[in-house]
Amino acid sequence: MAARAKKLTAAIATVVALVLCGANLSGSRGEPERLAPLQQTTRPVQRIVSLVPALTEMLFAVGAGSQVVGVSSYDDFPPEVQSRPRVGALLDPDVERILSLKPDLVVMYGSQTDLQGQFARAGIRVYSYRHGGSGNGIGNVLQTILELGALSGHKVEGDRVTAQLQARLDAVRARVRGRPRPRTMLVMGRDAMALRGVYVSAGVGFLHELLEVAGAEDVFADVKREGIQPSNETMIVRAPQVIIELHPGAEPTPEVLQKERSVWSLLSSVPAVRNRRVHLLYGGYLMSPGPRLAAAAETLARVLHPDAFVGADLKVLP
Amino acid sequence: MSTPTVRHEPFPGSPKPQRDEGGTSANDRSANNAFAAAAEAPSIRTRLAVTIAGYGALAVATCVLAPLVGSTQINLARVFDRSIPFADNVDAQIFFVARMPRVLSGAVVGATLASAGVVMQALLRNPLATPFTLGVSAGAALGAILVITFSTAVSLGALSPVPLASLGGALLASAIVYGLATRPGRTMSTMVLLLAGVTLNSFFSALILFVQYMADFTQTYRTVRWLMGDLDVGSFGPIVASLPLVLVAFAMFAVLPRSLNLLSVGTDAASTRGVDVGRTQRLAFLSSSLATSAAVSLAGPIGFVGIVVPHLVRLMVGVDHRIVLPASALFGAAFLVGCDLVARTVLAPVEVPVGVVTAMLGGPFFLWLLVRKS
Repeated sequence: MAARAKKLTAAIATVVALVLCGANLSGSRGEPERLAPLQQTTRPVQRIVSLVPALTEMLFAVGAGSQVVGVSSYDDFPPEVQSRPRVGALLDPDVERILSLKPDLVVMYGSQTDLQGQFARAGIRVYSYRHGGSGNGIGNVLQTILELGALSGHKVEGDRVTAQLQARLDAVRARVRGRPRPRTMLVMGRDAMALRGVYVSAGVGFLHELLEVAGAEDVFADVKREGIQPSNETMIVRAPQVIIELHPGAEPTPEVLQKERSVWSLLSSVPAVRNRRVHLLYGGYLMSPGPRLAAAAETLARVLHPDAFVGADLKVLP
Repeated sequence: MSTPTVRHEPFPGSPKPQRDEGGTSANDRSANNAFAAAAEAPSIRTRLAVTIAGYGALAVATCVLAPLVGSTQINLARVFDRSIPFADNVDAQIFFVARMPRVLSGAVVGATLASAGVVMQALLRNPLATPFTLGVSAGAALGAILVITFSTAVSLGALSPVPLASLGGALLASAIVYGLATRPGRTMSTMVLLLAGVTLNSFFSALILFVQYMADFTQTYRTVRWLMGDLDVGSFGPIVASLPLVLVAFAMFAVLPRSLNLLSVGTDAASTRGVDVGRTQRLAFLSSSLATSAAVSLAGPIGFVGIVVPHLVRLMVGVDHRIVLPASALFGAAFLVGCDLVARTVLAPVEVPVGVVTAMLGGPFFLWLLVRKS
């Protein structure tokens, strides 16, 4: 009898524990809290550590660069980040290092929930960056700039930067308006010197939206994912009229460039290949969901609609 | 298909295989059956002919039918219509650029991995051995991942940088294991072979994790994707480039079966029956390593084919390597081509990695056959 009671108690304890865990989980799963409840003050933050390269760019763009005291291992823009201490990134944030920089705001990915808890316990404010999936559009980029501007005491600059970006995107839209929209495939990566492992942008996310701003019809717009790896058969059937490859690195030698472009000759029935409309673009700004996205849209639009930019005086490089 | 001849009483005079040395019932049966087959010598030719005819028909049928099916409908008349220029003929391009190379590379890789699995299981006398047990795939993966991460642009003929580096890594890993396990004039220690291979596997895996950890997100995604295997080679060039190694390996496989039958009982038993054990072991190791290196550099480390196909085939045709080896090659080809057909159609235009399909289809099928047969 006693044993039975013990078992029952254990079972109840387990259930209670599970329920508590579940409650805890569902609490953290809902709309992410962007600010830790601690130190919820209106005083702008002075010492910011950013674990997200695109958000570091935003902080510099709104004029909060001097408040950034630490950046992630992957930051490379603007050049000033080179002088800031590196504190790890998504998978390997160096908590000790971050704490030693005495930040009053840590900017991190929404998925770093454990880290958010750690900083909340340390009484340090956290900005949780929502990213990935359908929330990763241009609108999210602009909204994030506004929020970081307000947080860092640069609300006016934040408003100005987003307004400027909006205006530049509108200018691109206006310039390509009414022109035929070529069916375009935006390639985010593939194996070197081979038509293998081709990874393309699909119908969700800021790259897809940039492509549409720049006056193209995304051939994978119907696939509601940020990216997919299509087979050769799928690429032949989708028959893009333009293929644009984005490479984050520096432009290689003309010889390598020529070789890389020629891998597409395998798919000779694809209109983009036949009409020599395979473009390889190089530069980190092309794939960064930050303040340089208007420049990316301008570059894409120039490639897609060269006629629309004859004699134009649009700034291309950020 | 003929049913396996299983005799549980040991052959008179033969040493009992030691169960604690990795020998299991499969190997016991293999040994007994080998002797049994020797006693029924006249029937082996017929059995072999029947087996090759049966499995060959399956493999050929799969390879003929698979290119006709895909995520899109194609018009066969247009595919072979020479009056349309190839560059304008979408149907022909889908057939010859997208589907045929995929089916052929699936057949080559499937046959190669399945045969290498059979040889590896006999060599190590362990039913859990796979072509990847001795570190070949980990070496290949390290090569591929280094190239993906540091975007090296070295190519050789039809071999683009990633396949080239994975081939190099695979051959290097094989050479290291071989060097560790062989001493001049002595038989190979399968124990050292196994331990060296498994250790090298872990060591390379640690290096892979380290490189991945240093790489950025997109590269990490690409390396993980490479590990899942991909048969979409795009042209016949890479397949042709892998053929020399594959053909050499298969020529070596061809002389192995009789010795492997005796070897699976134990090295002592084999040598008393006139098998040059050292030579057989070296041949088995080299052939399966070459085969695996070629297959992995062509399509990435597609898992499960090398372990499940040999066992499936043994459940169907018995354990005589003279039958099992060719049957596994043919069935492996059909199996992988079939799995890739599922991979490229089931969620189109999104592709399921073929390595995921082999395990998801092969696992339950294997378990079903296992339960039904036992």
